[in-house]
Amino acid sequence: MSLRRLPPGFREENIDLDTEEFFVNMGPQHPSTHGALRLALRLDGETIIEVVPHFGYIHRGIEKQAESMSYLQYIALSDRQDYLTAIQNNWGVCLALEKGLGIGVPERGEYIRVMLAELGRIASHLVFYACFGGDLGGQTALLFGFKEREMIHDILDEVTGSRLTTNFFRPGGSVHDVPDTFIPRVTSFLKHLEKTMVDYERFLSTNIIVLERTKGIGILSKEDAIAYGCSGPVLRASGVSYDVRKNDPYGIYSQLDFNVPVTYNGDTYDRYVVRIAEIHESIKILRQCIKQFPEGPYRGQEKASIRLKPGSYYSATETAKGLYATYVVAVSGDKPYRIHTRGPSFANLAALNTMVQGHKISDLVSILATLDPVIPEIDR
Amino acid sequence: MKQKVSPISTAEYIKRYAKRCITGPISLLKGLSVTVRYFFSPHKIVTEQYPENKKTLKMHSRYRGCLELIEDENGENLCTACGICEKACPNASINILSTKNIAGKKVLGKYLYHLGSCTQCGLCVEACPFGAIRMNQEFELSNESVDSFEMTLNKKEGRG
Repeated sequence: MSLRRLPPGFREENIDLDTEEFFVNMGPQHPSTHGALRLALRLDGETIIEVVPHFGYIHRGIEKQAESMSYLQYIALSDRQDYLTAIQNNWGVCLALEKGLGIGVPERGEYIRVMLAELGRIASHLVFYACFGGDLGGQTALLFGFKEREMIHDILDEVTGSRLTTNFFRPGGSVHDVPDTFIPRVTSFLKHLEKTMVDYERFLSTNIIVLERTKGIGILSKEDAIAYGCSGPVLRASGVSYDVRKNDPYGIYSQLDFNVPVTYNGDTYDRYVVRIAEIHESIKILRQCIKQFPEGPYRGQEKASIRLKPGSYYSATETAKGLYATYVVAVSGDKPYRIHTRGPSFANLAALNTMVQGHKISDLVSILATLDPVIPEIDR
Repeated sequence: MKQKVSPISTAEYIKRYAKRCITGPISLLKGLSVTVRYFFSPHKIVTEQYPENKKTLKMHSRYRGCLELIEDENGENLCTACGICEKACPNASINILSTKNIAGKKVLGKYLYHLGSCTQCGLCVEACPFGAIRMNQEFELSNESVDSFEMTLNKKEGRG
């Protein structure tokens, strides 16, 4: 029985009268919360009892805005949700629209999509590597990750016209065909990346400081991961082999040969290992695509105005962060009645409280880094 | 969530401790060797010296910078003031003011472009049925005054 009133969000039943607890705000302006995220911590000394995330600092109402926009304009907004996986978000939205229009994508268009999406996945995981290293205190890792990511963004810049907010895919294909330099550039980049990945792994994977700070920290059990609706590397690190690309294939993923890396401990180190393994799988996918890259049209029939048949359409895609799903309800006209997005960062953040209980504040930083949240996608 | 630690004997503990005392520094040196190698090979550094390389720095041809009207050598543009780009713009960065020429036909009067609210999505260029606009490769778009973001793109009225 407590006489004190707790700040909003905290649970009454965990109260312990033996020690003096106190509350600390971490963020919203904190470098290791990866954006404007406020974590209210309930501490016993330096041990975390409970954490309540407060978000919404950069809420822009994207889903509501979409109702007054045409479908094509919404694709530009999907860039601005998870900016690290913008190209994969574009794909997710386009898949839902293609279902509503009843059109497909030519083979070359599908290969362009897969290749750009996998490049985006590598870029996103490299940012994870960089931020994870940086949050643990290694500034060298921070710069390493961004160095190779810059090369991917240069390729994306040439193909799509923008580094981050690509806005490249359209229902039925993409805006432009890839330039002739695309395949040679990707080939030489993959060659370079495979060489540097050896350096990357040597730098962090066996480092004793990293091992001491990550092994056995922030364990998320298989049951909890499923119950909280986690997806992506966070789910796969807990021993659940679920990848939308394998379990519910879209695009041409069913024709490609790749594995889904799974680890079973569910701790911070495993989430790091899964992401590094996924970079290798993405390289494998890209190599197959380069080998089989077909000629032909890159875009199906263009439609001047996009009008969906009345009904509701759902698409699920696997971005670098996890399951990104779009639900479109079309009634009439060229504007959606309702668009809802299921974002992976938002769902993964729900598991944070379970993972950090009993750990120290410095562990919270590394655990949050392995969730790899992107705040604009959480707030939307 | 407390960790379950299985009990181990003192001898085992000392053995593990000693092992880690040796393997720990080795693993640190292994990581540091990567750093040292980069330190002695400066050609691997990819940093761009931005203001100094301004003359050689070229954006790719698809780069989306500032919107502009495509003009021929006489300064005439292809715009017919149809307003499709205005409708395609997600955040109303384009306003087209049409006027009438001597023959009484609707032509472009002023092509107003608000760079301040433009997100460089490129939907206007895609929507234009006449190929009258493009995004140029200008990337140094910042300016001291807000007024400079309100642009009139056409120098002349349209021909119609």
